[in-house]
Amino acid sequence: MLHIVACIKQVPDTKIIKMNPKTNTMDRASAPAILNPYDSHAVEEAVRLKNKYGGTVSVLTMGPPPAVKAIKKCIEIGADEGYMISDRAFAGADTLATSYALTCALEKISKIKPIDLILCGKMTIDGDTGQVGPGIARRLDIPPLTSVKKIVEVNKENGFMVVHRKLEDGYEVIQSQLPCLLSVEKEINEVPYSSFPNMLKAARYEPTIWAVADLDGVDKKQLGLKGSPTIVSKVWAPPKPEGGKILEGNSQEKVEQLLGVLMEKKELFAQKGGAL
Amino acid sequence: MNFEDYRGVWVFIEENVGEIAPVSLELLGAGKKLADKRGVELGGVIIGDQVKGLVNQVYEYGADVVYLYDAPIFKDYRTESFMKALLDCCEKHKPEIILYGATSTGKDLASAVATDLPTGLTADTTELDVEEDTGLLLASRPAFGGNIMATILCKKYRPQMATVRPKVMKALSRQPGRTGKLVEETLPLKEKDVRTKVLEIVRETTKKVKIDEADIIVAGGKGLGSSDGFQLCHELADTLGGAVGASRDVVEAGWIEHHHQVGQTGVTVTPKIYFAIGISGAIQHLVGMKNSGLIIAINKDPEAPIFESCHYGIVGDAFEIVPMLIDQFKVALSREEAEHARKV
Repeated sequence: MLHIVACIKQVPDTKIIKMNPKTNTMDRASAPAILNPYDSHAVEEAVRLKNKYGGTVSVLTMGPPPAVKAIKKCIEIGADEGYMISDRAFAGADTLATSYALTCALEKISKIKPIDLILCGKMTIDGDTGQVGPGIARRLDIPPLTSVKKIVEVNKENGFMVVHRKLEDGYEVIQSQLPCLLSVEKEINEVPYSSFPNMLKAARYEPTIWAVADLDGVDKKQLGLKGSPTIVSKVWAPPKPEGGKILEGNSQEKVEQLLGVLMEKKELFAQKGGAL
Repeated sequence: MNFEDYRGVWVFIEENVGEIAPVSLELLGAGKKLADKRGVELGGVIIGDQVKGLVNQVYEYGADVVYLYDAPIFKDYRTESFMKALLDCCEKHKPEIILYGATSTGKDLASAVATDLPTGLTADTTELDVEEDTGLLLASRPAFGGNIMATILCKKYRPQMATVRPKVMKALSRQPGRTGKLVEETLPLKEKDVRTKVLEIVRETTKKVKIDEADIIVAGGKGLGSSDGFQLCHELADTLGGAVGASRDVVEAGWIEHHHQVGQTGVTVTPKIYFAIGISGAIQHLVGMKNSGLIIAINKDPEAPIFESCHYGIVGDAFEIVPMLIDQFKVALSREEAEHARKV
């Protein structure tokens, strides 16, 4: 029986988020908070592995109290247990401090039930770094496997698993010892609509919530802003490039002007008969 | 931590099937500027099996020093073995900055190394600079889905590290015969110390048009309304002999596969002609295509930011403009052909 833990995050939907044009800051209230889309694939994959090999799926998140909603979403997908670490001491964490905090929580979870496999999404859509997963793996001293697009086999008995890891021009087949940590690409699976029983379960579900004081042996200097080597020094709207020439006239005239521009480059259309 | 002990700018040299990844040469170009500004050496770190043949090329693209780990255990890229080599190198030679390509390998390695050192790591940087006197690396990147740019600093730890997107920086032109100092290192690392094994590497050399190599790209955005509307991009690309690109939301909507996505979390492209059709122009997208030779934007919304980043813009309905363009382009080309035939 496998115990799989998926690390997840609630994020603002960056597609919807609005900017305050005066201050160049984000109006976070403008964006709905959602489960990081890449993480939903990690949870779905964990649930699939559970269905195939048997076991339990737990999810772990760090965040402010409303992030409970992201855990409930994971219960809808099919996770069994949810854990959240929530404390002001975690605030302002960069990827290094985040991986430390999550590792402390994972150590506590593994005392409740030993962990065989940790899954993370490829990255979060607000941070876009993909660094937290590998960071956790290093801290737990287990192998990190990033860019995983397929899980071929999990063999707990013999203590190994086989995955496909995406490369720029293909993929590699990797065998790794268990336990290990995977960060998964979204092509690994499709997340189906939640089932009604799971939705009911999620609505009633209350995750376990821990503050810093609930975790064991935490070095507070490594948490939050204090534990973060990187700082954002400046946030800015990129300089507006010089606008190009907006073609005027009716549609026909606009197209003709554009055609004139294209035909100056006709050597590019060699295979279309352009380079004569 | 005594910052005075840390000197030099390094580039992790990524190797694929015996060749240096283009992004590593680009980073040598970017790293050279930082090193010159600081008055320090530029180093290249090569880790692999039978890779000594790459050393001269690294000098020729700007490195003053090459740190070489050449042993069978490094035959395949594996996080644990490469990380241990790089950590060993950092401990011995203490660089102030390390740059990695933001590739599968570069990102994986950088994340692991950053945790162990420990130090700060900025992902997917698109602009790099360094403060001459303090040596503080100014690594800038789009943030929050590309809505803004952020400059990230690592003030209290060394080395400072960043991954950098391919095709964003420029390689120096090769200086044949340029040479440097070779530092060969070994590591007492055994196969049993590495907990992963690469069983097989599958290179997918399908006929897929690689958009990062295309001269003409026709990219579409959510403004095209539906996956049916997006077909316009395919038609125009077919007509012009180009490849199809897409914005992030189009890929997320499932209209086209991820490898067509242009932008911060997709591919950075540098075609000679770039069409942005129904694309509003979020920074996330702009950073991926701004180095295109000629950018043509077609969008209904005259306020779309893309019009500030294009060379030629048409405010109009793509469903009217693009079919007209396709027709007239075909006519123009056949006219050219006929004239050419007459002259011959």
